[in-house]
Amino acid sequence: MMLSLDPVWPAFFLSMKVAGWATFFTLILGVSVGYFLARVNFRGRDLVDSFLTLPMVLPPTVLGYYLLVLLGREGAIGFWLQGYGISLIFTWQGAVIAATIVSFPLVFKPARAAFESVDGQLEQAARVLGLSEISLFFRVTLPLAWRGIMAGLLLAFARAMGEFGATLMIAGSIPGKTQTLSIAIYEAVQAGQDDLATLFVLITSFICIVVLLSASYLAPGRIAYRG
Amino acid sequence: MYLDVDIQKTFSSANRHFELNVRFQSDSQRIVIFGPSGSGKSLTLKAIAGLIKIDQGHIRLDSRVLTDRNKKISLTPQQRNLAYLFQDYALFPHLTVRQNISFGLTKGWLNPAPKKPFAAVNYWLEAFELETLADQLPDQLSGGQRQRTALARALVAKPQALLLDEPFTALDADLRHVMRKELDQLQQQLQVPIIMITHDPEDVAIFGQHVLTIKNGRIISDDVG
Repeated sequence: MMLSLDPVWPAFFLSMKVAGWATFFTLILGVSVGYFLARVNFRGRDLVDSFLTLPMVLPPTVLGYYLLVLLGREGAIGFWLQGYGISLIFTWQGAVIAATIVSFPLVFKPARAAFESVDGQLEQAARVLGLSEISLFFRVTLPLAWRGIMAGLLLAFARAMGEFGATLMIAGSIPGKTQTLSIAIYEAVQAGQDDLATLFVLITSFICIVVLLSASYLAPGRIAYRG
Repeated sequence: MYLDVDIQKTFSSANRHFELNVRFQSDSQRIVIFGPSGSGKSLTLKAIAGLIKIDQGHIRLDSRVLTDRNKKISLTPQQRNLAYLFQDYALFPHLTVRQNISFGLTKGWLNPAPKKPFAAVNYWLEAFELETLADQLPDQLSGGQRQRTALARALVAKPQALLLDEPFTALDADLRHVMRKELDQLQQQLQVPIIMITHDPEDVAIFGQHVLTIKNGRIISDDVG
């Protein structure tokens, strides 16, 4: 029997869309928070760092539960959003939020380490040469930290694409709407469609291998995780 | 150049307490602040450049007030129009020699394009015989070429004064001799005022028109040659 690729595309494109947006948001959030923690010394900085790293170690179902509590109809944010007619539960945007939170530490950790490793003297040199703080960030600091950040971003993309637990809890598994590749695998196995599951699994594995290879090419042993 | 420095700053940490209390005036074109490491000479130079804030006092350069705590004036390093040659040059490792030299000539969010021609940059590339190296990155340069690049970057914007932090320590003995001579001639030719900090008596012998000896954060001798 010839296996049709038709059921693959919706899940594939949805996974790409969710992982793409999640990577975009982790870029903005991870770089700003990483820069802030690298440069501003305040009491409780280590506590904030640990708290922000939690999504890396917490079971995704726990994160999914927190998100439900926050974003659900009764939740603090969910109730407020409902006033504007917005509901994030069972939507692909909800899946983006779940994937963003889960992959955030993978960007913010290496970003912080990369910013900390930029020689402060180069920034001083740029100041004396007349550059504003924002210009020197884009012309000196960010380019020098970029490799570390980029490696983190690729890992974040792979992690976002593989997100399962939190996504299932907040966005559910609606085919063509919130059913991403990793959720489709689970559904296919449950329904006894082993051929389809194999196909999904091979596609997912292939993408992850490509992403990991690019990440290791970008940063050969250069990412130092600091606590 | 007329320079009037009167600064106090206290540094305190768990295991170190240091008081910087430096006062001098000079109308020399070549000021050398001489002292051992940890004497406060580097901090003094950074204070003049605006890279550290002082607790008390003032710094005036010609008719300009760079900082004055009583009047609550403190120009940022960007506003001071000074050039600073760092001990290990602080060249931007991701930019070519040409981009490094033209770095301060554009102030926007983007670095100057690798091929962007600036007349002033071309002049310095030629003057320092760096034309063939213009497209190289700093880590492909020798020590002397690095120093010339850093000097060109410092001088291209026509600063009011050139601050030099131990300019020759990163070089080996032969090259040190050559570069010292080069800077000596360059200063006479450009008539740009220099303020140099060093622990090397040879620097004092060549550049010390006005020599200030510093120890434990205080000027202990003040000789105008």
